Amino acid sequence: MKPVYINSVASISAQSTFDNSVFLEDIAEHTDNVIRAMNPNYKEFIPPAAARRMAKGIKMGVATSKIALKEANLENVDAIITGTGLGCIADSEKFVSKIINDNEEYLTPTSFIQSTHNTVAGQIALGIGCKGYNFTYVHSSISFESALLDAKLQLENDEAQNILVGGVDELADHHIKIHKLVNHIKKDVVNSRDLLESGTKGAVFGEGASFFVLSNEKSETTYAQVLDVTAYNSLPAEELQNGLKSFLHENSLEIEDIDIVVLGNNGDIDYDTYYNLLSQGSLKNTAQVYYKHLCGEFNTASSFGIWMATKMIRTQRIPEAVRLNGIQPSKIGTVLLYNQYRGENHSLVLLRGC
Amino acid sequence: MEALKEELKSKIIEQLNLEDVSVDEIADDDPLFGDGLGLDSIDALELIVMLDKDYGIKLADPKEGKKIFESVGTMADYIAQHKTK
Amino acid sequence: MGKGIAITGMGIISAIGNNVEENYRSLVEGKKGISRIVKIDTVHKDALMVGEIDFTNQELEAYLGLDTNNNYSRSALLGAYAARQAVSDAKITDVNSSKTGLVSATTVGGMDKTEQYYYKYFEDKKVQKYIEGHHAGDSTQKIAEQLGIHNSLVTTISTACSSAANAILFGARLLKSGKLDRVIVGGTDGLSKFTLNGFKTLMIQSDTYNTPFDENRKGLNLGEAAAFLVLESDKSVQRENKEVLAYVKGWGNANDAFHQTASSEHGDGATLAMQKALKVGGLKGEEIDYINAHGTATPNNDLSEGRAFLRVFGNGVPDFSSTKGYTGHTLAAAGGVEAVFSVLALRHNVIFPNLNFKNPMKEFHLRPRAELKKRKLNTVLSNSLGFGGNCSTLIFSKEA
Repeated sequence: MKPVYINSVASISAQSTFDNSVFLEDIAEHTDNVIRAMNPNYKEFIPPAAARRMAKGIKMGVATSKIALKEANLENVDAIITGTGLGCIADSEKFVSKIINDNEEYLTPTSFIQSTHNTVAGQIALGIGCKGYNFTYVHSSISFESALLDAKLQLENDEAQNILVGGVDELADHHIKIHKLVNHIKKDVVNSRDLLESGTKGAVFGEGASFFVLSNEKSETTYAQVLDVTAYNSLPAEELQNGLKSFLHENSLEIEDIDIVVLGNNGDIDYDTYYNLLSQGSLKNTAQVYYKHLCGEFNTASSFGIWMATKMIRTQRIPEAVRLNGIQPSKIGTVLLYNQYRGENHSLVLLRGC
Repeated sequence: MEALKEELKSKIIEQLNLEDVSVDEIADDDPLFGDGLGLDSIDALELIVMLDKDYGIKLADPKEGKKIFESVGTMADYIAQHKTK
Repeated sequence: MGKGIAITGMGIISAIGNNVEENYRSLVEGKKGISRIVKIDTVHKDALMVGEIDFTNQELEAYLGLDTNNNYSRSALLGAYAARQAVSDAKITDVNSSKTGLVSATTVGGMDKTEQYYYKYFEDKKVQKYIEGHHAGDSTQKIAEQLGIHNSLVTTISTACSSAANAILFGARLLKSGKLDRVIVGGTDGLSKFTLNGFKTLMIQSDTYNTPFDENRKGLNLGEAAAFLVLESDKSVQRENKEVLAYVKGWGNANDAFHQTASSEHGDGATLAMQKALKVGGLKGEEIDYINAHGTATPNNDLSEGRAFLRVFGNGVPDFSSTKGYTGHTLAAAGGVEAVFSVLALRHNVIFPNLNFKNPMKEFHLRPRAELKKRKLNTVLSNSLGFGGNCSTLIFSKEA
């Protein structure tokens, strides 16, 4: 089995992250219950003829894929695998509302075509002329991890050498409104610094895209090695600690071997309990960081977590704003990530600096 | 006829989201597809709906659009002859 | 070349039957499931024909034993129905007795409820339960729950019309790599106003019965379906002494990288996908006995796919037919439906007719098999080609 490396990274988020030469040096604070991704100048990445039909999610995906390819010094890849929880939801909403408002008359194709979940992966392939393997996973908070797992298996078996893997989700108006109705979005605005102390139900919703080039060849741009990734549709709280232990054992690791754990806390009083079990339980002596106060909660927010982990490994620095405890590891080598959304679709990822 | 052509130009720009194009940049006989304005088959479907919605002209077969949508001029001619609203 | 992946169970619900047996009977009797729209409240009732499933949502809920508080979309109901059949067909009594996962596929997910309650959500608290059911993964989570799969790998693929074929492909990869011992794979898509109107804007829906590979084809009929297979590793088959229905022998996935919705004129993506699948299966073109074509009956697909056949098989294009004339195009489920049909073809040594075919296309001499044909089959190739350039090929075989 070949090892699998992350050879380049790219992220567009509610922070200034698309410039790879810096790493969370200036944190943008948000006081809201929905936070939007900052737009780079998309014209630098997407020709106007292609951009004219693209909603924000597609633009974020295509732009980050270009940044990732450039950093890996590649023009093409063997496969493109994306994860997206909701796909191109803004176009879906546009089309559904037109169906209802105009009673199924005078509908035009553009928003329908753009609405399919595989639009981002398809547009990237079209843009770079990639005729290779092209997949899109759409499974809530493990959409990105499914893509990561697929890529890892292919690279280990040498079915591909370079794979572009990404997670992308966008915000859309109706989506926001209905999730406020059911308190999946917090009722009140909250300052990002105080997210975990909000004591209220729901999350602060966000959006973004993070893309990576994975390869089974180490290069000068390599950030980290992907040791393992796994996902569970369900995982009762009482089985979480044992689940983590057996995951680590499968990788011949003990809790003490973990230098930092990256947790997906989103400040939802009903579901952060999962993270607290680990942070106050078996991982209480491990350095802990979190990120959803920076990027918001969305189905592929965990791809931002991976981005942050790779950047910490590269810079050997933990930004103050992401610390959950005061523990300072002697080095940032082995990083564990744990995420879940509303008590379902849990994922564990292990990265190691190299 | 001139007014119809101007109307079509601004409608095309708006409907097809041609952000970087202005009305005076489109000549009446510029090809809309291929080398001209660079429209594609998805745009053709958008234009078919425009014919229906704004001028009451129904095309059953997208292939019929090919000749009609050659240029703003050909579109205007066709609309002038066939419009029902 | 590696050995094939064992298929030990199948389940299906489509416009031509509520289980594998009924589907098979319809296939050999030439009984199509295409009709005017009955269940969906749409202004296009008289303009379109579709492949609707007989069961209402209420009937499916009753079958699954769901209480009235459930928030299942039609895709979730159909998926759970078909997946349960597959598991019982594979004689699995305890689904967690070995590492068992689920890979499903859908394009519409909970869109049927979203379009129904889009504005009602703001007025009626009772329907707000469906908000959580919109995203594509929800139907898969519910299928897993119905099958009793816990603490395991459960995921969803959405690659337009090739989705379920890709679910089978990823399932095969998970078994090969040893990540799982057993995986239930397939897809589900209920009909919705969203897809009916969407395909209408593309002007590729026929107002009459679809006629794949016919010169005068007018487009596709949409259909709804769910179909699942149980795939097992060799270890799992041996341990439980399982009967194997057939094997997934080869798989290939490629992108056309040509256009967002149209296939390239010469079928680059389909050609690559078929070539890859042959390579993975260690097979030569002449070893394919039958092709279950994607054959949607749109002008573009059938031309592009036919040309790809010629590129891959040259003068030796095997017997081929599209079964879309029976079921309509069931979108994300199509690859699963046609996987079940391919296994049935192998098991019964029969090639299903391409319904409604009269005139060969003028661009080439290819003629689909228009009549039922009994013939010994060892390998069947099945194509699924979709929007976004997604092309997938699966090869099923009698022998590992």
